Amino acid sequence: MQVQTHVDIHSEWGIVAARQAGRKLAREIGFGSVDQARVTTAISELARNIYLYANKGQIHIEEATSSGKRGIKIIATDEGPGIKDVRRVMEDGYTTSGGLGAGLPGVKRLMDEFKIDSEPDEGTTITTVKWLR
Amino acid sequence: MNQQIRELIHVHKSTITDEWMKEVEKFREDDYLQSISDTVYQNTNREFVDMLFNTVGQEGEDVKETISNYTDRLIQLGWPLNYIIRGMQEFRKVAVESLIRNDDQTRDIEFYQEVEDWVDEVVNILVGHYSGSWENTVFLQKMALKELSAPLIPVFDNISVMPLIGTIDTERAKQIMENLLTGVIEHRSQVVLIDITGVPVVDTMVAHHIIQASEAVRLVGAKCILVGIRPEIAQTIVNLGIDLGKFPTKSSLKKGIESALEMTSHQIVEIEE
Ligand SMILES: Nc1ncnc2c1ncn2[C@@H]1O[C@H](COP(=O)(O)OP(=O)(O)OP(=O)(O)O)[C@@H](O)[C@H]1O
Ligand SMILES: [Mg+2]
Repeated sequence: MQVQTHVDIHSEWGIVAARQAGRKLAREIGFGSVDQARVTTAISELARNIYLYANKGQIHIEEATSSGKRGIKIIATDEGPGIKDVRRVMEDGYTTSGGLGAGLPGVKRLMDEFKIDSEPDEGTTITTVKWLR
Repeated sequence: MNQQIRELIHVHKSTITDEWMKEVEKFREDDYLQSISDTVYQNTNREFVDMLFNTVGQEGEDVKETISNYTDRLIQLGWPLNYIIRGMQEFRKVAVESLIRNDDQTRDIEFYQEVEDWVDEVVNILVGHYSGSWENTVFLQKMALKELSAPLIPVFDNISVMPLIGTIDTERAKQIMENLLTGVIEHRSQVVLIDITGVPVVDTMVAHHIIQASEAVRLVGAKCILVGIRPEIAQTIVNLGIDLGKFPTKSSLKKGIESALEMTSHQIVEIEE
């Protein structure tokens, strides 16, 4: 059975709810405590970016399977301003909000697969997967 | 409501009341009104319907007064808003039906509109009262949480500890900064230990706030030590690429206090008997 959850992000409470949902599913799939923390932190980064830059959006969390592997897939979508230069936001330290600029490159390192689809003025969808080892 | 209809409602008071009580009894099963005893439920219903008949005869401020006296008690006893709303819906139905049934002219629409307007007004006052009381509760809880959120505790001369437990949001991050700075000055702290054992997720925002707070503490002449970094948190911080290299850290509060004592030229010694 495929497990799926969606969490709406439109306030800081949404970020907490998404994190909790992600940690719960990661634990159920069988991730250890370090990977649970990685997945939870990745969700936190993506959800906070939605809240900060797009005001609102969704986090989808689901179980992923591929040729015998199991894992967790996180899809963060919003209809915000979009990202013009996708390569740029992946540089460590690049930020438009006075943050650390470590969020997106950090998520890429925390997870195993990472992809950004974004159109300026249309929105952003970030898909990322962590496989069980 | 026009005078004639007011009088008609009072004329049919006992039928309306009886039918209403019956209807209200029905919806008791499906919510958590079940846990309430029969007598309490019936008494409350009786008071509710009496209150409604009272307001039928009243105007303006008096209506508000009657309603708020009644709702204040319901709120205190924790009756759900659901009960009130459904009670009002039933009252509208029962009252209109009974008026129409006993009428020789055909004034259905007039009855319906008059009663509807009156019910709307009462519902508005009730809901306003209820939500005002929730807002108040939420406000008080927020204040209580705020007080709990970032305490700075002086433990030795010039050494203070800030234990952080739970999620850190923007509001709380502000609180941490404020309490750190005012506390450091007030307690003349030279070393502050920030304990993050109880923080479930350390993401870039939390890290950023902690780094900023410790910079600010340095500017007022004290030093910060970060303690209680759990192994899995240490790994995620490294993955995020956050450099805590120039940030003094210790694995436990105990080790942190030992090094704080050293930094303030103190020592704990055992006394031999
Ligand atoms: N969903 C999004 N929509 C639009 N722009 C975004 C979105 N997510 C990220 N960005 C842009 O990418 C930049 C880099 O994001 P990243 O999360 O790496 O760093 P940051 O949010 O600025 O700081 P932090 O280290 O606190 O995460 C942001 O400053 C922002 O301009
Ligand atoms: Mg970010």
